[in-house]
Amino acid sequence: MDKQVQKIIICNTCNIPLALGKVTLSYLGNEFPVELFKCPQCGLVYIPEELAKGKMDQVEKALEDK
Amino acid sequence: MEQKALKEREQQCIQEQPPGCTAACPVHVDVRGMVAAIQKEDYKAGGQLLYNMVPFPRIISRICDQPCQQACKRQEIDEAIAVNELEKSCVDNSKELTLKITPMPPKDKTIAIIGAGLSGLTAAVELGKKGYNVVIFEAKKLVGGSIWDISEHRLPRQNIAEDFAILKRIPLEINLHVIVNNHKNSKMSLDHISAAFDAVYLATGCIEANTHYWGLALDVGGRIAIHPATLATSVPNVFAGGSLYLGPDRKSPITSISHGKIAANSIDRFLQNASLTASREKEGPFTSLLYTNIAGVEPQTKVRSADPNQGYTTEEAVKEAKRCLLCECLECVKVCEYLAHFHAYPKRYVREVYNNLSIVMGVHHANKMINACNLCGLCEQVCPGNLNMGEICQEARRIMVKKGKMPPRVHDFALRDMQFSTSEKFAFSRHQPGFASSSTVFFPGCQLSASSPEHVKSMYQFLCKKITDGVGLMLGCCGIPADWAGQENLFKETIKAIEDSWRKLGSPRVITGCPTCYSIFKREWPSMDVESIWTVLDKIGLPDQKKEPHTSLKLVVHDTCTTRHEAALQQSIRKILHTLGHQVEELENSNEFTECCGYGGLMLFANKEIAHKMIKKRSQQSENDFLTYCAMCRDNFASQGKRSYHLLDLIFPTRQQDVASKKGPGYSERQENRARLKRTLQKEVWGELADKEQCNVKLIISEKVQQVLEELMILDSDIIAVISHAEHTGNKFKNMENNSYIASFKPASVTYWVEYSPQEDSFLVHNAYSHRLEIKGS
Ligand code: SF4
Ligand code: SF4
Ligand code: SF4
Ligand SMILES: [Zn+2]
Repeated sequence: MDKQVQKIIICNTCNIPLALGKVTLSYLGNEFPVELFKCPQCGLVYIPEELAKGKMDQVEKALEDK
Repeated sequence: MEQKALKEREQQCIQEQPPGCTAACPVHVDVRGMVAAIQKEDYKAGGQLLYNMVPFPRIISRICDQPCQQACKRQEIDEAIAVNELEKSCVDNSKELTLKITPMPPKDKTIAIIGAGLSGLTAAVELGKKGYNVVIFEAKKLVGGSIWDISEHRLPRQNIAEDFAILKRIPLEINLHVIVNNHKNSKMSLDHISAAFDAVYLATGCIEANTHYWGLALDVGGRIAIHPATLATSVPNVFAGGSLYLGPDRKSPITSISHGKIAANSIDRFLQNASLTASREKEGPFTSLLYTNIAGVEPQTKVRSADPNQGYTTEEAVKEAKRCLLCECLECVKVCEYLAHFHAYPKRYVREVYNNLSIVMGVHHANKMINACNLCGLCEQVCPGNLNMGEICQEARRIMVKKGKMPPRVHDFALRDMQFSTSEKFAFSRHQPGFASSSTVFFPGCQLSASSPEHVKSMYQFLCKKITDGVGLMLGCCGIPADWAGQENLFKETIKAIEDSWRKLGSPRVITGCPTCYSIFKREWPSMDVESIWTVLDKIGLPDQKKEPHTSLKLVVHDTCTTRHEAALQQSIRKILHTLGHQVEELENSNEFTECCGYGGLMLFANKEIAHKMIKKRSQQSENDFLTYCAMCRDNFASQGKRSYHLLDLIFPTRQQDVASKKGPGYSERQENRARLKRTLQKEVWGELADKEQCNVKLIISEKVQQVLEELMILDSDIIAVISHAEHTGNKFKNMENNSYIASFKPASVTYWVEYSPQEDSFLVHNAYSHRLEIKGS
């Protein structure tokens, strides 16, 4: 999937492919640095569906029950 | 309700009380457990349960006088369970029964036991196990007392020998042929023994008629005065029990054994300077508060053994064991899918709720359970202790909200939906056109307006025609989603806003279209003159029915759970149906025993799985079409394929085909319906210039995508927000493969993502998803 993102998703403004980069996610007062695809130029972050519905959802639920 | 007060509620649940048999058994044998073991043909487990409570199981299984039977629930139906015979089966069919004795450090106190019958020996074993030095004095040539008077046929000597083997496992000093007397200066006088030993248990049986002998204080009847709960006598370190206490007419082997245990406990307390009387209510027989429903249990007489000399064969034992009701309560669990879902019962749940609220660090495992309850109150209706699990869960939610511990995702959507209804988009309040005041105001509620806006309009027009001194209209939401979610402040604000609008209209009488709004208004403003549309219609008459050929339907009334106590309202529903010429079928659980449709308490948002189970279970209670009088009930049943009408569907029939099987509108459509209802009425009834439909982004959404959105609770308005933002800022991604765009926007706490492609003047939506984690930046 990662390869695909790199190949087929581009930033509309900068017109360049995405690359993995450091991003901070936060929820309910917790912060964590992660590596996500984003535009190397303007920094717009892309969250694919699988990530939102999978890992991110799990993390959200775990934090909510803390 | 404070956290502690909440915990105290657990006492209302009597599920953990023992069955009647166990409570009435002087030593509290777990009869239910034993019988359940026999049902599984595990005799050893059954015998072990007997051994846990009685040091001489092989003896008692032959000779018990079974006081348990008097309290057996089965007696109310036919005959008590043959408990002692089943005990015999356990003992006879298990190869070896062993009692685990945990060695205790020896104590430097010595106790004299006078009389080695069942009572004295039990006390000796119990005290010996605790590490006391025990010295037994027995007048006869062997221990056992009056059990030797029982025939060998009834009590095989082998059983005695095997049971008494335990006396060798505990260090006991046994002195036979010793008669304790009352001669002054004799070494064997009670006076002397009580002075020489730290404590004494007197259990000589009922042989001694002349009780003056012992020099103990007597009661009015001339018998030794013995405290019934502690077995204490007038001499502080002397305790007495067994047949000596019971007398020849009340002899009971199991009570004698029980006395041995009670005396041992008293002596232990006495020697440790602990209170003799504190919390001993449950020693010896007591009356259990357990409730067990026996409705529908078929009578079935006790199994008689084919060969009474032999007792039960294993087949007979199993058959008799199966007669046992394995008494327990679980009344609420039987009627509530939610309570059943978590595999326990309210006493346990209340404890879990309490623990959950007390956690400072760590995982809140009970969040799910607390938030799933639909707060419908059916449990209270069926519970012998009137425990209302809903009140507990609702209070727990309030505490969680206050502490900031409520998981945001649970109620977020429902609360935002509520806020839509209380915002300018829907909220509206006017006198009837041409009137400067209102005698009455119609409050249809947010859900009826969302499900059937056309009925709201018809009903308002009808009321205006019938009630001539001014019928105002108030659109809005009563605030119950906030109340259900435990959001006290939001609820108060909401209800206050309604009150303000109502006062502005001159505090007229209120007619509600939704039973839940009715229940909220009635509860919040006891002085408000509020009535449900159904009792009103019952009085003022129904709108004229078209003279079209009319089919009489066979309908099953599903009462709304929020008005379970409103008998007059429920009555009106039936009367209206009758007037309309339909036939009414009643469900077993109706009126005050009605079940929830799965929407109450926001269950549908918190736990769809259980909500669907509830809907399914309710739907299956009758083959006939449901008749509801709450829009959410109607739509919930219809959503799971149960044909259902709202009463207004029958009062204002439309040309629509088959309204009963029609699914209700989705979340987006519900909001649109409300907004449109407001605009339409504003324009058509009041001739006001309504706000324009502010939507310059047109969406094309296939049915498949629509389903995805519904499932994920993503509204069209959320999608529009994302696309507007993306098109406005240019912040979007392009998928080179299919030339579609991907963009996100976070209007409040949720970030929405949409995949779309522009199509002429519209946008074709391919997919959408969301998350709550925030992207903080790079
Ligand atoms: S020991 Fe006796 S009283 Fe107790 S349960 Fe057994 S039969 Fe009943
Ligand atoms: S039916 Fe069974 S569990 Fe209930 S009281 Fe009788 S023996 Fe005990
Ligand atoms: S009905 Fe439910 S809450 Fe009430 S005593 Fe029985 S098990 Fe407990
Ligand atoms: Zn860029």
